[in-house]
Amino acid sequence: MAVCIAVIAKENYPLYIRSVPTQNKLKFHYTVHTSLDVVEEKVSTVGKSLGDQRELYLGLLYPTEDYKVYGYVTNSKVKFVIVVDSSNTSLRDNEIRSMFRKLHNSFTDVMCNPFHNPGDPIQSKAFDGIVSGMMVQTG
Amino acid sequence: MDQDSGVASGGSFISLNEHEQRYYSGLHSLCQADTSGNLSSGRVAELFKASQLPPGSLHKVTEVCGAKRLGYFGVPQFYVALKLLAAAQAGLPIRLESVTANLPLPRFAELKNEPEMWHSAGPPITESQGGQSGTAPGSVSWAPSDRSTFRHPEVSLEKKESWCPLRSPSSSPPPSPLTYCSYLYSKQRNGADSQITYEGKPSSQPMSQLEQHSSPSNYRTKPTVEHLTAAGASSAEQLEQQGVVDYSDDDPWRITEEQLEYYTNQFKSLQPDLGALILGGVAKNFFTKSKLPIPELSHIWELSDVDRDGALTFFEFCIAFHLIVARKNGYPLPESLPRTLRPEFMQQDESVPETPESVEHLIVFEDAEVRPSQMDQGIIKRIQPSYSTTKQDLKEESCRQDASLKRVTTSQEKRTLQLDAFPRRPEPPQELEPQMRTRTRPRSYSSTSVEDAMKKAEEPPTPPPRPQKTHSRASSLDLNKLLQQGAPGVKSGWLPPPPALPPRPSTSQVPHFINTPEKIPLNKVQQPNFADFSLFKEEEENNVKSEERGLHRFSPSTEDSPNTSKQDVISVHHNQAPQKPIRKKYHAESQNQDAIPPPAVSHPPTAKPAPKLLSRQRREIQMAIRKNKETNAVLTRLNSELQQQLKETPEQCLSVPSSVG
Repeated sequence: MAVCIAVIAKENYPLYIRSVPTQNKLKFHYTVHTSLDVVEEKVSTVGKSLGDQRELYLGLLYPTEDYKVYGYVTNSKVKFVIVVDSSNTSLRDNEIRSMFRKLHNSFTDVMCNPFHNPGDPIQSKAFDGIVSGMMVQTG
Repeated sequence: MDQDSGVASGGSFISLNEHEQRYYSGLHSLCQADTSGNLSSGRVAELFKASQLPPGSLHKVTEVCGAKRLGYFGVPQFYVALKLLAAAQAGLPIRLESVTANLPLPRFAELKNEPEMWHSAGPPITESQGGQSGTAPGSVSWAPSDRSTFRHPEVSLEKKESWCPLRSPSSSPPPSPLTYCSYLYSKQRNGADSQITYEGKPSSQPMSQLEQHSSPSNYRTKPTVEHLTAAGASSAEQLEQQGVVDYSDDDPWRITEEQLEYYTNQFKSLQPDLGALILGGVAKNFFTKSKLPIPELSHIWELSDVDRDGALTFFEFCIAFHLIVARKNGYPLPESLPRTLRPEFMQQDESVPETPESVEHLIVFEDAEVRPSQMDQGIIKRIQPSYSTTKQDLKEESCRQDASLKRVTTSQEKRTLQLDAFPRRPEPPQELEPQMRTRTRPRSYSSTSVEDAMKKAEEPPTPPPRPQKTHSRASSLDLNKLLQQGAPGVKSGWLPPPPALPPRPSTSQVPHFINTPEKIPLNKVQQPNFADFSLFKEEEENNVKSEERGLHRFSPSTEDSPNTSKQDVISVHHNQAPQKPIRKKYHAESQNQDAIPPPAVSHPPTAKPAPKLLSRQRREIQMAIRKNKETNAVLTRLNSELQQQLKETPEQCLSVPSSVG
């Protein structure tokens, strides 16, 4: 269960960012922003070595004392970032991968919508629904 | 809760079977209960009168049911009264004991067509209902909880949701003041349907069936509830709408035959092959024309592109179009596709286009479709008031008639009305009237008219019709011409003031000419020529000689030689000949003219008197004066016409924004 989910465009501005409301949103914005550096780093190293075949799932970007940040980048350089509570140890890698996969699918659906302009913030209800499903259910 | 099944006076338990329960609750709604549950006595009185019982027995009924004692008609009193009415109509004495008998429903005349419907559905069901009296207490117990929720418009969400499962069997009407006849009818019919399914099953199981039956409606209500609360509206209208939506959820989301036809045509306009896909970009351009906001269109796309391929198949297209139409008519967009809009469902429908089943579908739709159109009227005022009034007329029409094809057509016309709302906005108001007229034509035309309307919407909206080609512009040109013509005339006529002029018959003649019927349309361009030659004519009437001289002077050749005078006359005559059909005022003059040239021709040589100069000058002046007079007359006419136009244009200006906005 994620605490914060963000979608960042190629130009590194957020297309969609959503966090658990109880937490300080600004903190998460900052975290996501800083994680972008790590993403860039990973992408650049992977790109050089493997050429066209690139792993989309970047794995744990960096852990902090409170939470863990996972990254995922698409072929069009759109980044997904998931922030997960550190105390939530039951989450395995596969689960994170599946979360990313769902996000990616939902994202492609949004992109397929002809009424959506790429580069606009994502305003799809279906996307929102999926993200809500992944977020921590707060009482 | 024996409140409504009990009787105030005796406290004896009256068992109402489900059928009666429904009927009574329907009548109850008719009587417009207020918040405390008391019925408006006026309505009740009407109802009683409609039962066609003698007033004495009506009084007795009122007395017996306890309303007289209480002073008002509460729910139990009303029910007892209805039972008593039934008893009275059946011929039994009006007494409490007769209430317990198994009676047919009370009959009420001219209560829209509700009783007729009931009686058609009633007898077979009452027979089947024989063994179901056990369910009656259960069903009765549901109804009051419904009604208690009806009373309070500020119903909480939980109540609403618990409301829904109770809805389907007990067809208690929604708290809507809209025309309830068709509401009741369709509801009762649905209730009848559900009842028939219940037939033969043990009474202990109705709840589970209800659960099943209502679960899809529940599912649908929940999202709509969320949607509504998210929208933040708490008006009663929204509640009504939601209530109706959840009840008739199938019907606004079901596509009728005619809509399907229309969608098919639209699809073909985009993509001739029905089996092929419409690309996203194409669809986007098309749906953007509907002028819905982009987020909504985006949501509609999400709903309708079921296979997520970025393109629309025919069914997806129909879904999308239908959602757009529904949204335009004020329905909130569902969070997920309603069941009846799902492609597999639609594919089923596709496979049976012309069978009687579909006709049945139509009949079911139309009754409920009347409701959405009523909702439209009551709830969303987006559509122009003119449309809503026509809808109301159609509605009233349909209410009066029986369930017949006519009703189908009117409801479908209503649907086309709603469809018409789609492309109608960009069109100017002047096109409203012809479109409205086309709606009253039979079905087959309406789709084409809507198509045309769609096509019109695709092109830029036609500008409002220009003002008639009357004198607004042409007049100015003519004025210019007149002034030009007049100027030289004035100049030439500006001579030393002449001696006393002979009395002018022209003033009498001019009104005479004005009074002549204007058979010939005025050609403004010819007016200057009018002015010229009319002067000639008048001169001739006054003085033949002077006219001759006038002819001399003002002929196009302007030659003074008497030899040419004939030519002048002839040329004048020729010039006048083509003008004859155009003349308006100077009609009589032409006749004079015809009479005059022969005498004029006869003595050209006499056109050489000595005092030529003086008379010439006089003539010039006179002609100039006459010209000016004529121009004055022309100008006054123009002025009056322009003023009329001036009056008309603000009206047009006012009507344009009111119809567009």
